[in-house]
Amino acid sequence: MTEGEATPEIILDVDHVTKRFGGLTAVDDISFSIRTGEIFALIGPNGAGKTTLFNTITGLYKPTAGMIRFQDRDITGLKPYKIAEMGIARTFQQIRLFAYMSALDNVRIGEHPRMHAKLWDALFKTPKANREEARVTERANELLDFVGIRQQAHNYARNLPYGSQRRLEIARALANDPKLLLLDEPAAGANPQEKRELMELVQRIRAQGVTVLLIEHDMKVVMGISERIVVLDYGEKIAEGKPQEVRTDPRVIEAYLGKSA
Amino acid sequence: MSRPSPRSDLAMRWAMGTFKDRNRTIYTLLIIGVLLWPSIADVTTGGSGNHLVSTAADAGVYVLLAIGLNVVVGFAGLLDLGYAAFFAIGAYTYGLLASGQLSGSPLHHEFHLPFWVLILVAMFVAAAFGAILGAPTLRLRGDYLAIVTLGFGEIVPRVFRFLGAGSPIGNWTGGVNGISAIDPPHLPAFISGPWFGTPIQVVSPFDFSDSNWAPMDYYWLIILLVAICIVLVTNLYNSRLGRAWMAVREDEVAAAASGINTVAIKLLAFSIGASFAGFAGCFYGAKLSLVSSENFEFIVSVSILIMVVLGGMGNIPGVIVGALTIYIVQFFVLTNLPDYAVAFSNLVGLGFLNQSGPGWVGLHDEVQRLNYIVFGLILVVVMLIRPQGLFPSRIREQELEKGTAEEAVFDVREASD
Amino acid sequence: MATLAAALKGTRTALSGTLGTQLFLGGIALALAVLLLPKAIDDPGFFLQIVIYGTADGAIFALIALGYTMVYGIIELINFAHGDIFTLGYFLAIPLIGAFGLTEGSPVSIGMVVVLLVVTAIVMVIDGGINVVIERVAYRPLRSAPRLAILITAVGVSFILEGVMYVWQGANNVHFPDLLPDTRIPLFGASLGVKDVIVIASALVLVVLLNVFINGSKLGKAMRATAQDREAAQLMGININRTIAATFFIGAALAAAGGIIFGLYFNNIRFDEGFVAGLFAFTAAVFGGIGNIQGAALGGLFIGLVQAFSNAYFQAALTDVWIFAILILVLVFRPTGLLGMQVPEK
Repeated sequence: MTEGEATPEIILDVDHVTKRFGGLTAVDDISFSIRTGEIFALIGPNGAGKTTLFNTITGLYKPTAGMIRFQDRDITGLKPYKIAEMGIARTFQQIRLFAYMSALDNVRIGEHPRMHAKLWDALFKTPKANREEARVTERANELLDFVGIRQQAHNYARNLPYGSQRRLEIARALANDPKLLLLDEPAAGANPQEKRELMELVQRIRAQGVTVLLIEHDMKVVMGISERIVVLDYGEKIAEGKPQEVRTDPRVIEAYLGKSA
Repeated sequence: MSRPSPRSDLAMRWAMGTFKDRNRTIYTLLIIGVLLWPSIADVTTGGSGNHLVSTAADAGVYVLLAIGLNVVVGFAGLLDLGYAAFFAIGAYTYGLLASGQLSGSPLHHEFHLPFWVLILVAMFVAAAFGAILGAPTLRLRGDYLAIVTLGFGEIVPRVFRFLGAGSPIGNWTGGVNGISAIDPPHLPAFISGPWFGTPIQVVSPFDFSDSNWAPMDYYWLIILLVAICIVLVTNLYNSRLGRAWMAVREDEVAAAASGINTVAIKLLAFSIGASFAGFAGCFYGAKLSLVSSENFEFIVSVSILIMVVLGGMGNIPGVIVGALTIYIVQFFVLTNLPDYAVAFSNLVGLGFLNQSGPGWVGLHDEVQRLNYIVFGLILVVVMLIRPQGLFPSRIREQELEKGTAEEAVFDVREASD
Repeated sequence: MATLAAALKGTRTALSGTLGTQLFLGGIALALAVLLLPKAIDDPGFFLQIVIYGTADGAIFALIALGYTMVYGIIELINFAHGDIFTLGYFLAIPLIGAFGLTEGSPVSIGMVVVLLVVTAIVMVIDGGINVVIERVAYRPLRSAPRLAILITAVGVSFILEGVMYVWQGANNVHFPDLLPDTRIPLFGASLGVKDVIVIASALVLVVLLNVFINGSKLGKAMRATAQDREAAQLMGININRTIAATFFIGAALAAAGGIIFGLYFNNIRFDEGFVAGLFAFTAAVFGGIGNIQGAALGGLFIGLVQAFSNAYFQAALTDVWIFAILILVLVFRPTGLLGMQVPEK
């Protein structure tokens, strides 16, 4: 962090992170910092290591080398639930909902780390537990409302249409009351109308004070909402900067835009 | 955002109603059955229904066990193939601490602790064993728990059998003979104490050592225990913990990413399940007044597992029905089938079948030998036709019902905005 | 996504990595040395005798363990019925041997050896076929169902097989004709029976043949590919159903051979004894590294020796306890077993 002008606080600091699987280097010495309150995008062609990096940040993988700091605390190699408790929530590229639970319950699971009912409370339904359940249920309903699927609260998650499942996953992540939200290709499989709604949803999430880190393939979406972008290719960082800077970077054009065009 | 149309709302309520009704119907029938059973037993046997009442109390033990295993298998999706080991631990805890057994051990002192204390002790001992076994295992692949519990289930009865007369460290468990002459429970002093004059008269002499009344007393005791357990487990199911178990069962990665300590929550389910078995074992030892290692073999673990699976994993009333069904099949249908077959063959003039001959051991024994096949076929056929069990766990029924009610409240509030 | 779940659960335990391997092997060696060395020095002849018996037992466990490990390797099913398939091989051979006119006391001749080989081959095919039918009827429909369902059908199949053998032969020990000579050759204060040699040699031959088959044949390669990654194997044009069926066939055939060898060696079994033998064999498979063919063979040998030593030197009543304790300890501290497991992380 530099001294002097009002530099926004760094919420997540990825510091020379490398992840290898056997001989394959999926993430190669990546560094970047995300400022509190911004929408930050991670882009790159398929297999560039974006999801691997997500999994490393959220503790599903241990980095082979490097360090990850969240709000100045070292979270490298912590267990996923610890990282979630600290306030990093995520969605998955291939939706991972609790298929045979209601949408409402899915969201309430997201609130699990914010609840305090112990075994005793659960067994005897203490007033404390009841109050907490009521509070959590109300908030879960609000969140379903926030992402726009309130009327599907009581359906099995698996019976929701695809777009609603994506939204439900976001609602579940928000239920954690995260400081940092990681979205893995939220617009995948969406039509242009849904993509616009999704961009608007991400803006509203940020407006609530949540920092957003997102992986996205759709350049329109990325360029439209993100403030800064890091471009990965074959596990390496090839560019970083504002959307317009990245867009004109020759290496990016060659590696990403060139190929996909 | 569009409101649910009145029609779909109505459909949902109707659907919720049936879900709710199914469980409520089961519970209602069960309560009626429980209340009437002593009378039915008496009437059908012409006044000597004690045996049937006693059998029902034995069945209650299996209901308890099934409810406990359901927490492990049905709620958290963990496979426990050695559940009988925890049952054994509970039974032996009671047997050792409420009989003359330990006077013959190197301790040279016998304990006669009260049933009501030991029921808690048995729970904790079993839960502790569960934690010791589960803690290192639950971090590993899902199958490993199944294998480790299987091994544990094989070890425990053998160790109890070994620690009898002639073991290098003295006679602790009575070996193959088991522990006999175990104390019956006594009502706590504040109920049966001297200030009451006579023991309470709810079901006449409430005295577990009176052989005339003991079956009835055990019957009501197990009903009480089962009822308490149903309430507690239902509470668990509807709690934050119940939800977390289901999440872990559905998708462990997503559960962890949602902030659930998956290892701890699985360990909790596993230990709670074990404590139920300890609890049931304590009652079992008291009622039978005998604890023997052969009553805790692999087949017992499998039977309980089948009760849970047949009834419908995760659904408490379903599991109770499953437990009763399997109990009846095992202890009535399969045991009596040979006699029925003989009676039937005599009736239709095929009495010669009852004679044994070369390659034929007589109809009675031949039918008895079919037990294994019938039991095995039930398992395979139920799994193939209805892998979710007879009464599967629907989407957290009560929650849904509550949810619709809350939604109605919200609707009103929104409308008034 | 499979790798994600693996990352979450992991198989990293106290004894993984090179140091872990050394500790694991060192620990076993140390335990064996401390427990057995005094006994071996005390009476080397008796010790050698126990080793011979243990090796023969171990050879039979190895044959059962192979089928266990192959089935687990390919569909990750603990096939509880496998031990009963072993017993079924024993039961099936008895009438066949009678049908070929062999009875107890028949003179040992080339003809008898040929008949025994033919009987073994027939029983292997029948038992293998039965296992294929079982797989088709009871396991395949549940392949994509929750894991619990298929495990329970496996237990159910085990009961059915035991029930069939019970109805067929009753609850008592069933005698297998004692055809092999009881000749024993003195050997360093112990004696080596012709039976011991035949048991060990035939198991060895079968293990070698299986290895050649798995590594050399097209079907064997398909099996390995399917065990590694079923979807990828399917994409490569491998017929998954046929490969799995073949695995069940071979596993059962080996168990059937084990059953006949058991019969020739011990001459007695009860209809339900295969179940526990199967569990021991499963322990052997886990010990060797589940999914690993050589591991299962070595594991079988190890379990056979443990059983023989425990019976001879320690409390025979606790032998089973030691074996199941080994099962638990290996799974907790070194789930990859002796030679490393060859199962994809799920």
